Amino acid sequence: MRSSHPLPDPSHAGADDGQRSLNGRPPDWRNPQPREPYHLLVIGGGPAGLVAARAAAALGARVALIEKNLLGGVSLNSGCVPSQALIRTSRLYADMRNAQAYGARTPQAIEVDFPLAMERMRRVRARVGRVDSAQRVAAAGVDLFFGTASFVGADVIEVDGLRLRFKKALIATGSRSLLPTIPGLDDAGYLTNESLFDLTALPKSLLVIGGGPVGCQVAQALCRFGSRTIIAHAEPLFLPKEERDAALLLAEALARDGVEIHLNTKAVNVRVEGGKKLVETVNDGNVATIEVEEILTGIGRIPALSGLNLEAAGVAFDADKGIVVDDFLRTTNRRIFAAGDVCLEHAFTDTAEASARIVVCNALCFGRERLSALTIPWCTYTDPEIAHVGIYVRQARERGIPVKTFTVPMHDVDRAIADGEESGFVKIHVRDGSDQILGATVVARHAGEMINDLSLAMVAGIGLGTIARVMHAYPTQAEAIRKAATAYASAQTRPWLTWLRRRWFAR
Amino acid sequence: MTADPADEALLEELQQGAFDYFLRAYNPRNGLVADTTREGAPCSIAVIGFALSAYPVGVERRWMERADAVQRTLVTLRFLMASDQSGSARATGCHGFYFHFLDMVTGTRAWLSEVSLIDTGFLMAGVLTAAAYFDANESDEIELRRLADALYRRVDWRWAQPEGGAVTHGWKPECGFLNYGWEGYSEAILLYMLGLGSPTHALTDQSFTAWTSTYQWENLYGHDFLYAGPLFIHQFSHAWIDFRGIRDAFMREKNCDYFENSRRATYVQREYAIRNPGSFTGYGADSWGISAGDGPSAKSRFIAGRDQSFYGYAARGVPYGPDDGTISGSSTLSSLVFAPELVLPALRALRSRSGGKDATFIRASGFNPTVAEAGPNGWVSAGEFGLDQGMIVLMIENHRSGLPWRLGRANPFVRAGLRRAGFTGGWL
Repeated sequence: MRSSHPLPDPSHAGADDGQRSLNGRPPDWRNPQPREPYHLLVIGGGPAGLVAARAAAALGARVALIEKNLLGGVSLNSGCVPSQALIRTSRLYADMRNAQAYGARTPQAIEVDFPLAMERMRRVRARVGRVDSAQRVAAAGVDLFFGTASFVGADVIEVDGLRLRFKKALIATGSRSLLPTIPGLDDAGYLTNESLFDLTALPKSLLVIGGGPVGCQVAQALCRFGSRTIIAHAEPLFLPKEERDAALLLAEALARDGVEIHLNTKAVNVRVEGGKKLVETVNDGNVATIEVEEILTGIGRIPALSGLNLEAAGVAFDADKGIVVDDFLRTTNRRIFAAGDVCLEHAFTDTAEASARIVVCNALCFGRERLSALTIPWCTYTDPEIAHVGIYVRQARERGIPVKTFTVPMHDVDRAIADGEESGFVKIHVRDGSDQILGATVVARHAGEMINDLSLAMVAGIGLGTIARVMHAYPTQAEAIRKAATAYASAQTRPWLTWLRRRWFAR
Repeated sequence: MTADPADEALLEELQQGAFDYFLRAYNPRNGLVADTTREGAPCSIAVIGFALSAYPVGVERRWMERADAVQRTLVTLRFLMASDQSGSARATGCHGFYFHFLDMVTGTRAWLSEVSLIDTGFLMAGVLTAAAYFDANESDEIELRRLADALYRRVDWRWAQPEGGAVTHGWKPECGFLNYGWEGYSEAILLYMLGLGSPTHALTDQSFTAWTSTYQWENLYGHDFLYAGPLFIHQFSHAWIDFRGIRDAFMREKNCDYFENSRRATYVQREYAIRNPGSFTGYGADSWGISAGDGPSAKSRFIAGRDQSFYGYAARGVPYGPDDGTISGSSTLSSLVFAPELVLPALRALRSRSGGKDATFIRASGFNPTVAEAGPNGWVSAGEFGLDQGMIVLMIENHRSGLPWRLGRANPFVRAGLRRAGFTGGWL
């Protein structure tokens, strides 16, 4: 059967986008002959769905995967991957402007070629998508259907007029942009985190409504390309969920780049005049107007549930929080599970994939793996990056856990000094009186790489005492973690032992 | 007391110089005190609190007659008592609190300032200090105590807990409560003690829980302490409350107290200045004091290969900044009670900067030797700021005689507040 759904075809799409479409959804794709009932039927071909389908097929199960649009999900097509590609280029421009700090001459003229950056982004996206091409997924033993899935019963789903029966199903439809309701916004037009990657020219000025991690990433990158960028954030605190020092350092870094941050500021109205978008904002009763060429919004995510007809399958859901699951990721229909953004608080690719592995284990292998047992790291890919794992100090204190933080500023790390990347810190929170790591925050240019050490330690139950004994290559920025561990070890010396040593060496 | 006569002379010079600020910045018609010596400066209610606390020091040091101090205090308290508490856009305050800045002549709200919780806290600390000191059984001092008691009892602390937890930063007639609350360790611990100790409109117990819920106990540069970046945070409440030996649940858990904590914070400042990550001119073991205050607004310039901006008036802190090479001399001085072994050498070093001839720049709101072209001490903040002068008077006095602490310990409301917050031990 041939797909009846139109392919995405942005008019500016180049060869790499064409390649991406070919990988993610070949135009001549024919949906396969069903092999019912499926041991696992997966709805959604993003990170969670792909991981689950491949893993289940590898076990020998009959697996179906239904994708509405392109394989790869938000992460590949309009999330982490294209963002990272643009961020990399924007960092290069920032470094060029800042060359003197690295002992090099700043180029005489730095001309930003935005289409070139976008071309590279599309090349990267196509390249990453090769691995999960439709052909490869099918070759792995997965029956791949393109079309819109809709439940018609507790164990049956319809796709493109075809009914598929399943023993177990996984809903992994992900999330979509959450748009604020601001009068005039629709008429004025706006970019979302998805349409952003279809831009052909750099907007001269950009207002980012919503100052969350993704908004900060985009704002910094576009500012470094040369766009006058403003963040309007309704919350009184910048990055309210983050450690205050992390938020402070990032706010400063953004300010250095030229990003204007308006906290405690709500966008209340948008109108267009002379081709410019005029956004009316309110801050503590003070009304102001911001004039920009483009508006970026819809950065928040909302579970993608439309068309699933969950009622027919007896799957309970909340329009804002998504599908209701227990700690084993089971929905209210015991045959059906959910994974990824559609049911989780953390809308991260790595979390989506980890939750999908739990589902395969629990749905097909009689497993009892729990979501709450996951140690979830995350990272905001600004410059510097902010990475976190485990719990925050505030959460520890709310739970009555005595907590102590070992802090190493990056300006105390030789490699960071040599790299000219001194902005940041490593903070490791331990249960006071022990070396058990409860959580950690790293702010550094490569914090996302550094946090993995700490995730590993937490999952393996390695404490700071052990890390203190692990040699770290010198000079590296990750040595900050060893330094924090050494500070822990130094603090363990008992006063009586100190006294004894003094006596011994005084002989 | 300080053993070295030269040190003692310098402290006397600095303290008296700071005290003189309050004589000059005072409006005898209404008792209001200007925020700074700068032209057109409004009154800051916090600076009134420092003035009321400084007068007893002036009387003890014989820089001022007791009767004069009583009269000055009475004029201020009478004005506050009779002031417009309607909360209108041109009132003086509401619910017993006051707008942060007041017109020096009319005593009504200046600019679009907020009804400020922390600044009312400093004001009330001064009001209660005055009441504790002026204890004579004669009519003016009786009236002074009566007014002070009424002003304190009038403050509706509970109103300032709109969500039942942390105390709000403030309120404006234009938008209601500000979206910020006093959470996490800061200079506002005094505010909580005053609010919890009120016999009329006390804060709830949840307020202190909310305040401490974001405490961060950190090991930084080898020192364990309750972390906060700017140095003034570790100093302001200590001007009135003697935290030596008294502990709340958090400090009991950490086997520390807030006084010892401020001592460690002073050491952390010194460690930061030795590292001097920003490569600023003049930072070192005897040159530190990164805090809130005035700084240069000079054009950015290249320092150690990077483009360094200057922040003007800002809350600077360690170890993550913001830092632009500006030192707050008053913050260095205000650590005298905590770590004289660090502060006295730092003071000597500061004095020697000008060949021992001119120590006034130490009392300026900030100086920045990195902006070297501005003068022998680099850029120096123009004029004087009342908050700095108040801290200098009180903290030097706490070092020399302990008078402000003694008055604070005698205050039944502060004692009640400390007990409600769970403080035990020591003088309590």
